[in-house]
Amino acid sequence: MEFAIETKDLVRVFKPSRKLLKRKKNPNGEGGSGEGPVTALDRVTTQIRQGELFGLLGPNGAGKTTLIKILCTLLLPTSGQAWVAGHDISKDPFPIRERINMVSGGETSGYGLLTTRENVWMFSQFYGVNSKVAKARIDELLHIFGLWDKRDAKVRTLSSGQRQKMNMIRGFVTDPDILFLDEPTLGLDVNASRVIREYVEAWVRKQKGKTVLLTTHYMAEADQMCDRIAIIDRGRILACDTPENLKRTIRHDTTFRLEVDTLRSASAFSGMKGVKNFSSKDDASKNTTSLTFILEDESAVSDILSAVQAQGAKIHYLQKSEPTLEDVFISMVGRGLE
Amino acid sequence: MSAATVTSRIPHRIRLNLRAVVGRAYPRIVGANREPSWIFFEAILPLLGIAAYVFIYQALANRVLLDPTVSAADKAATVAATNALIGSVVLGGTMIAFWLNVLWSMASQLYWEKEIGNLQLYMMAPMSRMALLGGMAVGGMFMTSVRAITTLVAGVVVFSIVLQVTNPFLLIAVFFATLVALYGMGMTLASLYLLWGREAWHLSALLEEPIFFTSGFYFPAGGLAYVGGWGRVLLTAATAIPATLGLDAMRQLVFPGAWGDKLWIFSPEVELVIILVLGVVFLVLARYALAYLELLARREGRLTSRHQ
Ligand SMILES: Nc1ncnc2c1ncn2[C@@H]1O[C@H](COP(=O)(O)OP(=O)(O)O)[C@@H](O)[C@H]1O
Ligand SMILES: [Mg+2]
Repeated sequence: MEFAIETKDLVRVFKPSRKLLKRKKNPNGEGGSGEGPVTALDRVTTQIRQGELFGLLGPNGAGKTTLIKILCTLLLPTSGQAWVAGHDISKDPFPIRERINMVSGGETSGYGLLTTRENVWMFSQFYGVNSKVAKARIDELLHIFGLWDKRDAKVRTLSSGQRQKMNMIRGFVTDPDILFLDEPTLGLDVNASRVIREYVEAWVRKQKGKTVLLTTHYMAEADQMCDRIAIIDRGRILACDTPENLKRTIRHDTTFRLEVDTLRSASAFSGMKGVKNFSSKDDASKNTTSLTFILEDESAVSDILSAVQAQGAKIHYLQKSEPTLEDVFISMVGRGLE
Repeated sequence: MSAATVTSRIPHRIRLNLRAVVGRAYPRIVGANREPSWIFFEAILPLLGIAAYVFIYQALANRVLLDPTVSAADKAATVAATNALIGSVVLGGTMIAFWLNVLWSMASQLYWEKEIGNLQLYMMAPMSRMALLGGMAVGGMFMTSVRAITTLVAGVVVFSIVLQVTNPFLLIAVFFATLVALYGMGMTLASLYLLWGREAWHLSALLEEPIFFTSGFYFPAGGLAYVGGWGRVLLTAATAIPATLGLDAMRQLVFPGAWGDKLWIFSPEVELVIILVLGVVFLVLARYALAYLELLARREGRLTSRHQ
């Protein structure tokens, strides 16, 4: 088997639910984004090698979870094909299920009445893991994730960080060949995130043939951990390469970050000479707008500053910085990741 | 795949699915005992229901027993008939524990699993879907059995009921066949409830009382046949609920000859066969209902996902 995961022209369209259709008929109902079918994945073609730590980086609603669900055999594609561990996800789900596991951020699975240990053990039984083997692995993982003190605590008493560590243990306890992690550090504190990232990296690097597909909208996470990254937006993969190569695509450009008084409009910047792309985000609490510019020509800065001042906005902060993966994203779609 | 790998995979699948059943039953068996309120619902409520009927039947009997004009033979017959009636109620109350567990706990199980976020993890696991449902059923059965035995023993002792077991094997066979059929029904309902969502709740609430009545939990259901007009229709409908025939057969087997053998539906042997058929039908239905549900979930992407 060459690839752990392979997809070919995957398309997933969600039809609006009956409830939404009803609302549409109602003249007072909300319109907008809820209407019409949503193309969550648009001809996604990827190949992920065995042993790779592969990242899927994209903003909310990009289609990351949809792709993971299809690969985990929870969802069928509208068209296109995908193979996981060499098996077709539509036709042959059971052999895939034996070899994968999935953990998503903020999940609240399990039973609050069970203890941490019992909960993970229960899930391991659905994969037929020998009970003794499972218990030994659970104890080892509880130590690694710093959850040993909570081994006999009821799940409902765990904090969200502790819960997510337990979920990670649930993912590793079945010793999958391919592990899907859907925003595993979503909403976690720095410490819990670090423990999780370090273990995931070690797990892939120290063993042969283990593959991880990780989705995230934290660019630092993708940059630090992943061998290769696919940048995804509105269901389409825009680029796929190593973090270094992705950043190299904008190496001739300059990144400037600005914080200014809230702007009435950022349209003055689009099409400005020397500006390849930019993102703008208002912060209502601080009454400011944060701007990131990807400049082909550094001299465009003076035009930008005059445009800001023309709106009567004060400049709080201006910085030239190293390109990040987010800048790569901005240069491609003109929006930030968050 | 070669023939050798096929045969070596069969025990592997069986082992996996047995583990899955035990794993899925575990939280019901262990977890439920950590929640003392269950004891109240599962053991005390049926006892209260039983007591109400027992007092009515005893009061009716007393009118005969305290009447000086009634002969000693008639009084003895009344005592026997009342013993069978009260015993029937205790048996009915015992089975109600299972019926409530099926109707409320089993049927809504998958729906709650979806709400919690467990369902998609279950669907993603390699276990067979029947192992998932089976685990739920075994857990529910085990937990409920503890309560049911409490109810039965308390009822028999408190109301000093005389049981006359003539054919223990048939009795045990009927009991387990009834449980399998009942939980098979619960497994089918579980998928249907998930499909229908909250509306199904109202159905449960709506069905609960009428089924208590038509299934004869508190009186021999065969009596319905003597009610003019709709009685027979109700009784026929009630036989689709495995508890009806199961209870009737068990009552026949512990109170032989009660009420001049006029209130039984069929013979226990015939009833056992019907229950077994019902059990198979429900299990097959459950399997296909869940397979259909899974297909729908994978196609439409809304049944297993928590947020949609
Ligand atoms: N079950 C569903 N029904 C309808 N629309 C959905 C469903 N799941 C996802 N979507 C839509 O598909 C798009 C991609 O969603 P998702 O895959 O969850 O993105 P991400 O995980 O990258 O945030 C979004 O527009 C979302 O609203
Ligand atoms: Mg997502």
